[in-house]
Amino acid sequence: MKDDCAQSHSDHGFAIVADDVTVTYRDRPAVQDVDLRIPPGRLAAIIGPNGAGKSTLMKALLGLVPLAAGQVSIFGQPVARQRRRIGYVPQRSSVDWDFPATALDVVMMGTYGQLGWLKRPGPRERKLAMQCLDAVGMTAFADRQIGQLSGGQQQRVFLARALAQQADVYFLDEPFVGVDAVTEKAIVELLRALRDQGKTVVVVHHDLDSAPEYFDWLVLLNVRLIACGDFRQVFTIANLRRTYGGAMTASIRHFEWLELEKHQTSAPIS
Amino acid sequence: MSALLVVLLTGVLTAIACALPGSFLMLRRLAMLSDAISHAILPGIVLGYFLAKGPNFALGLLGAASVAILTVGLIELLQDVSNVAGESAIGIVFPAMFALGVLTISRYYANVHLDTDAVLFGNIEFAPFESLWVGEHHLGPQSLWVTGGLALLNALFVGLLYKELQLATFDPALAATSGFSPRLLHYALMAVVAVTSVAAFTAVGSILVVAFMIVPAATAYLLTDDLRRMLVLAAGCGVASAVIGFVLALALDASVAGAMASASGLLFVTAALFSPSHGLLARARQLRRQRLEFATETLLLHLRYHETLPGEEHELEVAHLSNELRWTPRFAQRVIAHAQRSGLVQRTNGHLALTEAGRAVAEHLSARTGAGLERARA
Repeated sequence: MKDDCAQSHSDHGFAIVADDVTVTYRDRPAVQDVDLRIPPGRLAAIIGPNGAGKSTLMKALLGLVPLAAGQVSIFGQPVARQRRRIGYVPQRSSVDWDFPATALDVVMMGTYGQLGWLKRPGPRERKLAMQCLDAVGMTAFADRQIGQLSGGQQQRVFLARALAQQADVYFLDEPFVGVDAVTEKAIVELLRALRDQGKTVVVVHHDLDSAPEYFDWLVLLNVRLIACGDFRQVFTIANLRRTYGGAMTASIRHFEWLELEKHQTSAPIS
Repeated sequence: MSALLVVLLTGVLTAIACALPGSFLMLRRLAMLSDAISHAILPGIVLGYFLAKGPNFALGLLGAASVAILTVGLIELLQDVSNVAGESAIGIVFPAMFALGVLTISRYYANVHLDTDAVLFGNIEFAPFESLWVGEHHLGPQSLWVTGGLALLNALFVGLLYKELQLATFDPALAATSGFSPRLLHYALMAVVAVTSVAAFTAVGSILVVAFMIVPAATAYLLTDDLRRMLVLAAGCGVASAVIGFVLALALDASVAGAMASASGLLFVTAALFSPSHGLLARARQLRRQRLEFATETLLLHLRYHETLPGEEHELEVAHLSNELRWTPRFAQRVIAHAQRSGLVQRTNGHLALTEAGRAVAEHLSARTGAGLERARA
């Protein structure tokens, strides 16, 4: 399974390719020597324990943190040249929700990248932003100041903003943190719809219970890459042990699921 | 042009020039930057003095502006390499720069009267008396040219880069992935703040610049949830402060800069108290209303529960209610009055009964939350 991610000469056709990626904070590597490959049209999870460098790896893929070593390419090109094909949903806690902006204002920000410097958003962008708000069921809140929205609604607005970026590859950093069950389901449905349109979606995720249901590609990370590949092949007890080490924080449920898997030999996940 | 009009116009233009970048400073939690710059430029003034071998306005200004930009650069650098947060980084850099200035003066210019006032003498009352000359041509008061130029420059800066500044201030990560370098925008904004501060110091003095950079922006922040409107309101509050302060200064025969800065403070306090959305009074009123509405719902559920039980008529007595629901008699009267006004409850001989509308609301409430009945029973 690790072979899916190792360096090879046939990197053509992968949406995301990272080779030897290392990011250091002060003198400690946050992410070390990671090779990974994610094919297009996949819904991929980056999973690992706290402090495993999941968000850092995502920022490295996005070119938001300097690489100490290695390189990243998106559809065969450096990230800097593919910005318009990339959509990004940062952690909800990373922005100031008291900022004077409405839900519509925030979604409009998704259109700025396609517009480029100095050009102002017009009716076309406005219409697109409203469509994206509609896609996440937030039309009624378009004029609401963002601080007055619930956590789930804020996450929907962020997702609408990513849709407005009209990207080919989407990166979402912990989109399910602090959202209600209904919103989580709505977000998953949207991500699946994106995947079914051929988009590539990469999600930093920490809930092992829901992971098998949501994703079809898996990157297991604990500073170093533990494994990467098709979800069902990578999501094994041995790999999870190696990812989480002795301090196995994972709950029992998915182990039962895994044991079950062994006996039923790859029954489809419902 | 009358001297008084020049003073007023200088104040108005300074207000506009400062409010626009000041709004973004406030949203980026860098409010104290212009105050810091007013101290940090001392070594720049010493440098100007050294280069000109004596007091020289142009070189002093140039030195001050370069050091102001150096200061914001150092603040940035400190944040990047050591993770020191914005305001703390400002607090580290400006005393260091100021101290450097003091040290150079005491070592080399101990016998010269040299301080920030030597170049930044700016005093808005003197605005009419400093004329701008180009060769033989008299172009009118220098302060109007300086502050008018700044206002125009900053309006252009914010107008052209509105979208970019909004995005980079709200979400630098998205700005970066969308191809708008948040670092470049940050430096541009900082450079605008540095140049605006130093140039405006020369025209109106530092206290007024520091006040106009932040207070009108903070006032506008309390009045709107829309960034575009906030920028316009910030400029408007600044202009209003300048006009009110000007009138106050004339009436009281007091310092114009002091009166204008005080007026901006008064406007802020007024907004903090009376803003319809964020004001203290509005919040208190909202809290009161919510308490009353919640209590009314409790009353309806309580009545609905007890009217179904035989032999509990005493539960419907007004006197009994405040006891049962642990309300003060006064609050109970208010709740009952509110429920009666809303046509949900009627009162006969000291007994309360639900109206048809009240019963409908109560049933809707208890259907919505099973806990509703529990609440009424408690």
